[in-house]
Amino acid sequence: MNNNIDWKKYLIVFLITVSLFLTAGYLSNYFGNRKINQLKLIQDKIAIDILSSETQFSLLSELSCKNISDSVYSPELGELGNKLEWSQNNLGATEEVSYLRKYYSLLQIKDYLLAKKIFTRCNVKSAFILYFYTTFDNCNLCQKQGIVLTSLREKYPELKVYSFDYSIDLSAVKAMLQIYKIKDTELPALVIDDDVLTGFHPMDELEIRVKESFKFQEKKPETKSAE
Amino acid sequence: MASISNVIFYVLIFLSVYVQVFFLVTFLENRKKIVVRNGKIKLANYPMVTIAVPCFNEEKTVYQTIHSLLNLNYPKDKVKIFLIDDGSTDNTYEIISKFAQYPNIEVFRKENGGKYTALNLALEHLETDFFGGLDADSFADPESLIRIMSYFEKDPEAMAVVPSVVVYNFKNTIQNAQQAEYYMGVYFKKMLGFLGAINVTPGPLTIFRRCVFKDLGFYRHGHNTEDMEIAFRMQKNQYKIEHCNDAYVYTNTPTTVRKLYRQRLRWIYGFINNTLDYKNLLFRKKYGNFSIFTLPMGMISIVSVSYLFGRIAYNFGSFLYSKFLVFQTTGFSFASPNFNFDPFFLNIRFFVFLVILIYLSIIFSMVFGKKMAEGRWGLSLGMVYFFPVFSIIAPFWLMKAVYNTFLRRKPAWR
Repeated sequence: MNNNIDWKKYLIVFLITVSLFLTAGYLSNYFGNRKINQLKLIQDKIAIDILSSETQFSLLSELSCKNISDSVYSPELGELGNKLEWSQNNLGATEEVSYLRKYYSLLQIKDYLLAKKIFTRCNVKSAFILYFYTTFDNCNLCQKQGIVLTSLREKYPELKVYSFDYSIDLSAVKAMLQIYKIKDTELPALVIDDDVLTGFHPMDELEIRVKESFKFQEKKPETKSAE
Repeated sequence: MASISNVIFYVLIFLSVYVQVFFLVTFLENRKKIVVRNGKIKLANYPMVTIAVPCFNEEKTVYQTIHSLLNLNYPKDKVKIFLIDDGSTDNTYEIISKFAQYPNIEVFRKENGGKYTALNLALEHLETDFFGGLDADSFADPESLIRIMSYFEKDPEAMAVVPSVVVYNFKNTIQNAQQAEYYMGVYFKKMLGFLGAINVTPGPLTIFRRCVFKDLGFYRHGHNTEDMEIAFRMQKNQYKIEHCNDAYVYTNTPTTVRKLYRQRLRWIYGFINNTLDYKNLLFRKKYGNFSIFTLPMGMISIVSVSYLFGRIAYNFGSFLYSKFLVFQTTGFSFASPNFNFDPFFLNIRFFVFLVILIYLSIIFSMVFGKKMAEGRWGLSLGMVYFFPVFSIIAPFWLMKAVYNTFLRRKPAWR
């Protein structure tokens, strides 16, 4: 019986398998980069939006507050947040992803500051919550608080939630932590209407709070009008 | 901990891709040697063949099994049929004894002792140079024997020739899924045949040269897989096993998940334990591809499927936990989730491409197996059923077989 082992074949198959692995790695990297570029484009768009709103605000604020409040809001911020979170989980905490997360935090702060400015000058109250969390130590309460806030945002679409990772290495975020005197032992922490709430806060409690502060109406199911 | 788990995962993926590529390269090397004969063939000589049909409570199928042997396209005076009732408690014996009047049929009755004892009884009475068994739930195609014998005629070194086993009369989802699996089996068996590395000589119509039993001894219990044990023994003694892809044997397959589970548990338990019994064959150059490829591949498959299942179960558990957390935190919400598809969220991690590659390779083996078994290309419904049915159930019999091996629990036949 022919029991000769064709070692060359074993080697060739090995090399093919290695090249398949490398190709898969290349494809993964290629599509990963495309996603990063996509994120960058969204961020650039948001940056332009915010800058444009700021400029518009500077130009017109002296004259009229009328048209500003509508254009301030950057709806892509929420979408970007989701995509960044997904990227961190799926593409890994690479340098690029952490850079984008920093940039995102900065954009949130800018958006938040602009909203505050508008409130001061035009008395247009923007409904927002600042949310500080940590990804360290498996913060279960942070996970739960995140779920509550997502659900709250679905219920009240006008509500904006700016979320900040406590451990992010960004001086602007650190400054905000100092302003509101938030410590890592008290996470999750929320800022609603300048009040700081630490620890987990359930849906019912936050809902009452949010309704009182911002005079919200619950989102009603959409009804189709007969055309 | 997560990184160790990932390393194991990548190693298993690498080995699984390696196995598939190995089969593919073997296919490309030998594709011109794969012949499917559609018409009748003739042999220069028609050696005498004895076919034993061991029966235990097979009253429903044995009649048809015997008739399939009587209808073989092989000179009637060259085929001896031994019908052995292995202590059936139903009407099997009454049915088979009616065939005693045929000049080439002999009927035996013995106390129940297991299939291998029935086959050994036949071997004790063997007078011909070729011997084979046919399970009493299987039916031989009329051209099967002559095609198998043509391999012996062509190659004096061939010591056993195994046929292509395909599913008979598949009706439900479980059987359809098995049909696709058997197609895949035909392809893999052919490739292993080219490598000289077949690890099982199936009960349905594998034909042996008599010298196999003379030299190596009769059948053994082999952990209820005597057809695997004899193949291992042959490989150990470097006896060549061939696969005749165009010799078809139709077999009845389990109709329910429970029956399928029991059958596969027995097979896998048999594979693990025969491998353990013949562990000194592992990674020994002397024993060829059987030792370097077939045995490690089988073990890798068991580990990979079990591990992947564990991983998927863990991920599914995490998913359920996250849903539970949402429910616990915010209560049941009637709000419809947003189903807008965004390709951004498609998983593009590198192993996803490799898993797709493995799946494509499996589909190819099914399609080509079907081509070898039915002579035509095409996809079948069974191929669609195969993935969900086997992905969900197979890990259970694999893990149970490993568990039983540790505890030395032997699975029952049925």
